[in-house]
Amino acid sequence: MSSAAEVVSASETLAVEATGIRKSFGAGETRVLALHEFDTTIRRGRITGLVGPDGAGKTTFLRMIAGLLLPEAGELSVLGVDATRDPERLRGRVGYMPQRFGLYEDLTVAENLDLYADLHGLPIDEREARYAELMEFTGLDAFRSRLAGRLSGGMKQKLGLACTLVHPPELLLLDEPSVGVDPVSRRELWQIVVRLSGGGMTVVWSTAYQDEAERCSEVIVLYEGQRLAEGRPADLIDPVRGRAFGLPVSPADRRRAARRAKSIPGILDAVVQGRTVRILLAEGVSPPDPSELLPGADDLPEHFTPALPRFEDAFVALLREREESDGSARESIDPEHGEPSKEGDEARAEAGMAPAGGTTRSDVIEIRHLTRVFGDFRAVDDVTFSVARGEIFGLLGPNGAGKSTTFRMLCGLLPPTSGEARVLGIDLRRSAPRARARIGYMSQKFSLYGVLNVRQNLRFFGGAYGLMGAHREARIDWALDAFELRELAGRTSEDLPLGYKQRLALAAALLHEPEILFLDEPTSGVAPLTRREFWDRINALAESGVTVLVTTHFLDEAEYCDRVGIIYRGHLIALGSPDELKDRYRRPGEPDPTLDDTFVALIEAHQREHPE
Amino acid sequence: MSPVPPKTRSSGSRRMRLRGLLRKEALQILRDPSSIAIAFVMPLILLLLFGYGISLDAKRIPVDFVVENPTAETASFEASFGNSPYFIPHRVPDRQTAEDDLVAGRASAVIVLRSDFSRRLHDPRGAPIQLLVNGTDANTARLATGYVDGAWQAWLTQLARDRGVDLVAPVTIEQRIWFNAAVRSRNFLVPGLIAIIMTLIGALLTALVIAREWERGTMEALLVTPVSTTELLLGKLIPYFVLGMGGMILSVAMAILLFDVPFRGSFPVLTIASALFLLAALGMGLLISTISKNQFVAGQIAIIVTFLPAFILSGFLFDIQSMPPIVQWITHVIAARYFVAILQTSFLAGNVWSIILPNAVALAVMASFFLGLTKHKTLKRLE
Repeated sequence: MSSAAEVVSASETLAVEATGIRKSFGAGETRVLALHEFDTTIRRGRITGLVGPDGAGKTTFLRMIAGLLLPEAGELSVLGVDATRDPERLRGRVGYMPQRFGLYEDLTVAENLDLYADLHGLPIDEREARYAELMEFTGLDAFRSRLAGRLSGGMKQKLGLACTLVHPPELLLLDEPSVGVDPVSRRELWQIVVRLSGGGMTVVWSTAYQDEAERCSEVIVLYEGQRLAEGRPADLIDPVRGRAFGLPVSPADRRRAARRAKSIPGILDAVVQGRTVRILLAEGVSPPDPSELLPGADDLPEHFTPALPRFEDAFVALLREREESDGSARESIDPEHGEPSKEGDEARAEAGMAPAGGTTRSDVIEIRHLTRVFGDFRAVDDVTFSVARGEIFGLLGPNGAGKSTTFRMLCGLLPPTSGEARVLGIDLRRSAPRARARIGYMSQKFSLYGVLNVRQNLRFFGGAYGLMGAHREARIDWALDAFELRELAGRTSEDLPLGYKQRLALAAALLHEPEILFLDEPTSGVAPLTRREFWDRINALAESGVTVLVTTHFLDEAEYCDRVGIIYRGHLIALGSPDELKDRYRRPGEPDPTLDDTFVALIEAHQREHPE
Repeated sequence: MSPVPPKTRSSGSRRMRLRGLLRKEALQILRDPSSIAIAFVMPLILLLLFGYGISLDAKRIPVDFVVENPTAETASFEASFGNSPYFIPHRVPDRQTAEDDLVAGRASAVIVLRSDFSRRLHDPRGAPIQLLVNGTDANTARLATGYVDGAWQAWLTQLARDRGVDLVAPVTIEQRIWFNAAVRSRNFLVPGLIAIIMTLIGALLTALVIAREWERGTMEALLVTPVSTTELLLGKLIPYFVLGMGGMILSVAMAILLFDVPFRGSFPVLTIASALFLLAALGMGLLISTISKNQFVAGQIAIIVTFLPAFILSGFLFDIQSMPPIVQWITHVIAARYFVAILQTSFLAGNVWSIILPNAVALAVMASFFLGLTKHKTLKRLE
């Protein structure tokens, strides 16, 4: 109950005011500072994005606003109430949708709504009208009697939101509502939130997606528990305006060109994006001559073309500046990777791999009419594609689309119901173990033993892949050097920062010199610089002839792939290079569609052809 | 949709919240059969397993007979063992064989009738028989000693009666066992077992359900609603209390109807005592769940801190009076101890208020302690 006396002038315009917030978890050596010296304000009636990688402190801050956590130090005022002293007074005024939506999966849609209506004390006679409004908002009307556990990811997310809105709060907190959800649902959710905001509701939307950040009216960038920047997305992008450029390069050269570009002073960032190499310049630096990237290459354009700056550029620039001012380069990129022109076996040697023995463009992965059925559910339905040696192939799709099932079949962990799958010419139905010995696998959760230290983890995985004696020790030495883990060899892996865990997991997957590398959501929730460093390594591997298959729901990541297959509800609905896919949806009204736009168009077309 | 000011404090909305939580829990119980399995299938299986499996009665004890000089008397004495349900006599040629049998476990006791057995039978000083028992299983050894002693006395009396003379027997002990005249160990084991089973059910039911809310992330969503901790706990306590009482009814019915355990107390008294005990057990489960927040860990803790101590320290199997003083003192914090006492009394003796009342008070104290502590620990926060 807010008494009028409580409402001071600042709280007329500010929904949240935080000063000097500090919060840590754990104790002793494992103590982690989740937030420190954190100041920020969130204005009423806006959509504020809370942007940052995993572990930046986003969830901690949202929980604090919701009154679920108390700060150790600092002041936090929410809707004019002191949230550190009186969190109970915020109940019912602040709505919070946790990452897993807070749904009871064994209750139906209607029963979930009833529960939250009861908990919020919504009078019975008001319910029908409110439910009707919410169902219209979310498009769930046809599913009222379906169990929440049997809804798709996108529908769960909307039901979670509907439950939070049964009693419309003044302040709505959404914790990464779009993770793992298909892009169509993501857009629908965004439209709902825009409508809510138009009705006067304050919304805080946390996300690791840079494109979502760009759409918010204001953004708070969190990094390692601190505020890195705050303001309107356009204002944050301003400093990098005029500093982003692109250069179209032939597919065979683009990775080498990007690598070379990184070693040129004044270039903060260089990534492969479709058929172009995209660079970000330091302040006051002009773009280099294209020949610097690819000396001696003919048919290069004479100049870099200016590119639209994006939110991620701003984030990368901020992180680079921070590195310089800290004097630390904890996420620096291996300078060796910038060495010019290493081809074939030379690059292979650099990546520590044995020579590939012939670089014929043969298909190392061949899938024909692959189908997997669980009960009456067709998880993967008649999927056909092939991947050539040295190619980086991306499987794209929302959670539950069938990516992981396809992956498990390719790793020989799950037998297909029908269809054919060959890896390195080996039929997986007959001799999966023989294929597995030549495959490296790294999952999203990194599959490391948290209590073992770095060296012990490597030793274990080396042994598991059949490496023994001096050969194993030599490979471990290679891994410690190539992944810059030697100084950390004695640290237990659960205490490593996320980026190092990722390196270690990749090192473990490469110990036995696999010809194919499977990566399952390798960089979701990872900071942009760490993601870049990771992809530098993957690119080097691909150049040396290793075939890389990666699943992702992260569309930026898909841009790094040579080709992508889009999976939706078990079907492969599109296949091609990112540029080919974008070309299909390039039209006068939309001259430069993103992969996201393309994905949305594909799903909508698929839904028209296959109504549920 | 525009923001609406919350209404939270009226008693109507309080009732509505509790009703919502109860309905949710009931639906979950009906759709996920694991709670029902814990409440009804577990007592069924445990009672059958332990009720038929554990018995402290020694029956069919293998006994070796060494008869150094067989006579009519030795044959008669030996035959009296063959007729007893407690022994399986087995004749062996000499002491050495008998000792080997005893060591190897083929015999639990050895009876030696010396060569002068028949002659000394008429001696006023009596004819000694030698009894060797394997003492590794103290319970069986004690029972064997007692039974052999009884069989010897019975045989002597029978012998004397046959010969028409009274033996010199100045004092005879006539035993009369109260409350469990047949000395069926099942009659006191089954009521005790019910207490153990209810300890496990009570703790497991609630230990798993709050941890499940934490694991699935629904607790976070509940905590930001206007629901109070009391409502939250009542919403968990009431449904599982009903389930637990159902399990209790099943167990008592099985005890009476299947295991033929007499019931001499009154059902209303038993109901009240069971309710108090169940509240204590559920409270302990809620506390475990609140602290651990993880179903697997909560399940492990529930078994370790409730089931095992209850099994050993409740007086269900081992007499508390004969434990060392420190251990006796520890038994006071085991809720099952009080419930075992009430159950055994209700089943075997009747409404003995001097036993029932203090134990019931102890249960009430424990129930309020655990529930109070849980309420204290359940902050509306994540830490």
